Amino acid sequence: MSHDASFTNQKFKVIGTRVPRPDGIDKVTGRARYGADATAPGQLVGMILRSPHAHADIRKIDTSAAEALPGVKAVITSADLPDKVGGRRDMLDILENCMARGRALYDGHAVAAVAAIDAETAKRALKLIKVDYKPLAHVTDVDEAMRDDAPIVQPWVRTAGGDPNKPTNVAQISQFGHGDLDAGFAEADVIIERSYKTEQTHQGYIEPHACLASVGPDGQGELWVTTQGHYTFRTQCAALLGMEVAKLKVTSSEIGGGFGGKTHVWMEPVALALSRKANRPVKLVLTREETFRGTGPTCSTSIDIKIGARRDGRITAALATLRYQDGAFPGIWGMLGAMTAWACYDLPNVKSVAYDVLVNRPKVAAYRAPSAPMAAFAVESTVDLVARELGMDPVDFRLLNAAKEGTRASYGPTYGPIGIGPTLEAVKNHPQMKVKLGPNQGRGMACGFWFNFGGQTCSTVNIGVDGTVNVSVGTVDVGGSRASLSLIAAEELGVPYESVKCTVADTATLGHNDTTEGSRGTFSSGMAIIFACRNAVQELRARAAKMMDVPVEDVHWENGQAVALGTQHSNLQPLTLAQIARKSPQTGGPIAGHNEVVADGAGVSFASHICDVEVDPETGQTRVLRYAVIQDAGKAIHPDYVEGQFQGAAAQGIGWALNEEYIYGKDGRLQNPGFLDYRIPVCSDLPFIDTQILEIPNPGHPYGIRGVGETSIVPPLAAIGNAVSNAVGVRMTHVPMSPPRILGAIKAAR
Amino acid sequence: MKYEAPTSTKDAVALLAKNKGSAYVLAGGSDLLVRLKGGFIEPDLIVDIKRIGAMQEIKKTASGFRIGAAVPCVAMGESQALNKAWPGVVEAAKLIGSDQVQGRCTVTGNLCNASPAADSVPALVTARAKAVVVGPKGRRTVAVEKIPAGPGRTTLTKGELIEAITLPAPKPKTGDAYLRFTPRTEMDIAVCSAAVSVTLGKGGVVEEARVALGAVAPTVVLVPAAAKAIIGTKLDAAALDALAAACRAACSPIDDKRGTVEFRTDVAGVLAKRAAKVAYQRAGGK
Ligand SMILES: Cc1cc2nc3c(=O)[nH]c(=O)nc-3n(C[C@H](O)[C@H](O)[C@H](O)COP(=O)(O)OP(=O)(O)OC[C@H]3O[C@@H](n4cnc5c(N)ncnc54)[C@H](O)[C@@H]3O)c2cc1C
Repeated sequence: MSHDASFTNQKFKVIGTRVPRPDGIDKVTGRARYGADATAPGQLVGMILRSPHAHADIRKIDTSAAEALPGVKAVITSADLPDKVGGRRDMLDILENCMARGRALYDGHAVAAVAAIDAETAKRALKLIKVDYKPLAHVTDVDEAMRDDAPIVQPWVRTAGGDPNKPTNVAQISQFGHGDLDAGFAEADVIIERSYKTEQTHQGYIEPHACLASVGPDGQGELWVTTQGHYTFRTQCAALLGMEVAKLKVTSSEIGGGFGGKTHVWMEPVALALSRKANRPVKLVLTREETFRGTGPTCSTSIDIKIGARRDGRITAALATLRYQDGAFPGIWGMLGAMTAWACYDLPNVKSVAYDVLVNRPKVAAYRAPSAPMAAFAVESTVDLVARELGMDPVDFRLLNAAKEGTRASYGPTYGPIGIGPTLEAVKNHPQMKVKLGPNQGRGMACGFWFNFGGQTCSTVNIGVDGTVNVSVGTVDVGGSRASLSLIAAEELGVPYESVKCTVADTATLGHNDTTEGSRGTFSSGMAIIFACRNAVQELRARAAKMMDVPVEDVHWENGQAVALGTQHSNLQPLTLAQIARKSPQTGGPIAGHNEVVADGAGVSFASHICDVEVDPETGQTRVLRYAVIQDAGKAIHPDYVEGQFQGAAAQGIGWALNEEYIYGKDGRLQNPGFLDYRIPVCSDLPFIDTQILEIPNPGHPYGIRGVGETSIVPPLAAIGNAVSNAVGVRMTHVPMSPPRILGAIKAAR
Repeated sequence: MKYEAPTSTKDAVALLAKNKGSAYVLAGGSDLLVRLKGGFIEPDLIVDIKRIGAMQEIKKTASGFRIGAAVPCVAMGESQALNKAWPGVVEAAKLIGSDQVQGRCTVTGNLCNASPAADSVPALVTARAKAVVVGPKGRRTVAVEKIPAGPGRTTLTKGELIEAITLPAPKPKTGDAYLRFTPRTEMDIAVCSAAVSVTLGKGGVVEEARVALGAVAPTVVLVPAAAKAIIGTKLDAAALDALAAACRAACSPIDDKRGTVEFRTDVAGVLAKRAAKVAYQRAGGK
């Protein structure tokens, strides 16, 4: 049965209530099972040997001594992971990232792996593997990597449309925009041009990557893993190992954070290959250091912005040139930066050009609204400069130029109803804007945009004989989605929230579900559950009709019960879902509803943030005094978890803005692969983060839902940058704005 | 790896002395266990000193205080007498890690770990703390600044351990203070730090002073020139500038992931000034 996904503005009973999350007690009591919490009979310990070089030819790997060590059950190198994907470049890149193929491409690149009876033996075996490296020249900086004389990271890479004979580190150039830039700048009374840099950051999820892999000689396999997308992991692992998709069952564990870092495979194919070779289950748990060195952080960037505006405050032209570092493998990160850079504004003449650049660093992965925060830092900093030059209030200036319904976005589409204007109005009215600032304090604000995503989804609703409801979804719960999805099922079926149990099903149970990324979990699974529930209701009506002995057309579903309408049925008592369920063994067996859908129509989302800081002018240290997040949620299904997403995103953004960065030595090695020197904020570094949810319904969802998980990491770099710049009277252009950088900028300006 | 938990200093020394391989004393373990787990050390013997009664207490003595080597920093914070006498030492001890870490860690461990960034050491140095060292050849007492030899190295010889740290009773009108710079508010390592103690004479003039800096050289450095800059003054602006200049001149830091030479040198001067002002106030100066 096909369903209409349009927004209907229905009145809700349980949607919007703040119920306790079903996974809460297990998580706070330690009963929840994460990636490292699975065991299997006869399991081995897997460990990975990693390159100490930023770039090196691997001339030879001698594993004989390791193999001879008692207790070692398998040693693998890339020879054990042959090309099973017919040379498909994107898949080969993933495989090569899992295990170096003749060349180590970054410090921390896996070169071999062992499976042994215990950790001691595995550690000893790693030390016995002899790798003959020939170190090569390396490059870790994005601007240096674009120079003509830069060491080449991937010899096969050519820029599309570029010289077919010339190796390059520029994997892709993307361009977006419309209008006539020259004419726009000619019309401008004020033109501001600035260059910015942002350093590389890691998502910093608390749970390192972990899995338990088991492959038998019959070609069947199982993988228990911490992941944001077990279906994607299944597809990738099966392809890379030459297995059949249906014969590899992947179960997602509870997840201790992912933020994009767990959207594709890192060491899982290695664990499966070890298990296959050893014919025993293999558990592989990365250390924190390996998580920093060997999994995917987000890009470092170098960005130039040019904005022209008229005296009346209208922006006439805007140009962004963005250079994003993708690590050692091509990605789309620069492209996403170019698409998001100008998305908040209604611009007649706009262009963004992005370079995706390879360097000798780990393969970049998604990080919450990937690529948008850096572009927003550069754009929103320059927007503030233009407003100042024009003598306009930065909020008024943004409001005047904000995109609205009907605006043609810089990246192509024309917007429907959107929330940028309303979030800016809310900023103007926010009490924080009236708090008086003291000496060395500054206030800043900034806007942010994220696309959001829908994608393939598949859900099942099963009704138990006692009237309780099982909901099976295929989107991993990374932020409280089981609570939200249970609310949706309760709303549709008219049953109490407490009688719904939502489970993230393994890959053998449901059809393919896209990864939980692009803030799609509640949007897309919510849609599939609404439709699945409506299918179940059809069946419930049919069963009720049987029980009442009336035609099904006369049975309506109201408030969780079947009501027979029409004068001749007025004496029939309505039947509750529980009553119908109890009789189901006699009326046709179990009652279920199912739905598979490509959830189109994910609504874009906007946020505006306000930040107050105090900077110590003698040390360059910044304290965030007050912080407010205002974001459009479409419809907040569970307001607590929407606010949690806002606060979490702002917290990550504050860390990124002030202290977090990958620090590489001249030798190309990562200097700070641990939380001691990779400084994510601790609790006492953060103020209470105030939140305000706006609800501008997404026309493409029955409940009006928009994704909420990512957008609010976009404004913080710029909001804090503007606040710090206002506090110290010097424009900050390099993130993180660590104390040495701020002090350096203050002294340089003296 | 063998683990021993003797109940007397004598037994602990004997165990350390007769062990053939690598042996480590375990106090709070907040450095040792981290290094063990990280695979940086592979000890043959670990001697836990937390069962040794005499090492568990803070004693007020005729000459001042005796802080047993196994006393956790949290206990120092709870000692009113210690807080009153050496508030700078206590505030330094209470900066280590977090509440949880302070429940275990000791200032002796902090000293023996021999990190140039150890938080409690500069304040111990300015308070003229001494280490009571016991070894196979008996007992000796040395100034705490003589214990670290360089990053991760001490002057203790085989079989030796520290039984206690002693602090003198402060002279009247003495105040001390410790400040560190860390990018985070807690759970961080000092990028640079400064401790100052002052004793005031008539009219609030500084009569005696000691200034020590952390994380700006291979070991904590005592800076007599900085002390000299404020002796005989009431911490006027010129004296404070001279103090900062002397501190900066004493810095020989490294450029690393935690901070640049320029930043460390610069901020060491800023912290010394600020710590001097706090110490001066605590000494009763106005
Ligand atoms: C999360 C965390 C945060 C931290 N934050 C800080 C911080 O902010 N500032 C800071 O300075 N440090 C910090 N540290 C480091 C550590 O906590 C301190 O250095 C602490 O004071 C060490 O004391 P301990 O008793 O735990 O030492 P242990 O780990 O027990 O010992 C440290 C070293 O001293 C030796 N040793 C211990 N006692 C004796 C003795 N009696 N005689 C001879 N040798 C001995 C040990 O063999 C070992 O080599 C932190 C550590 C952690 C894990």
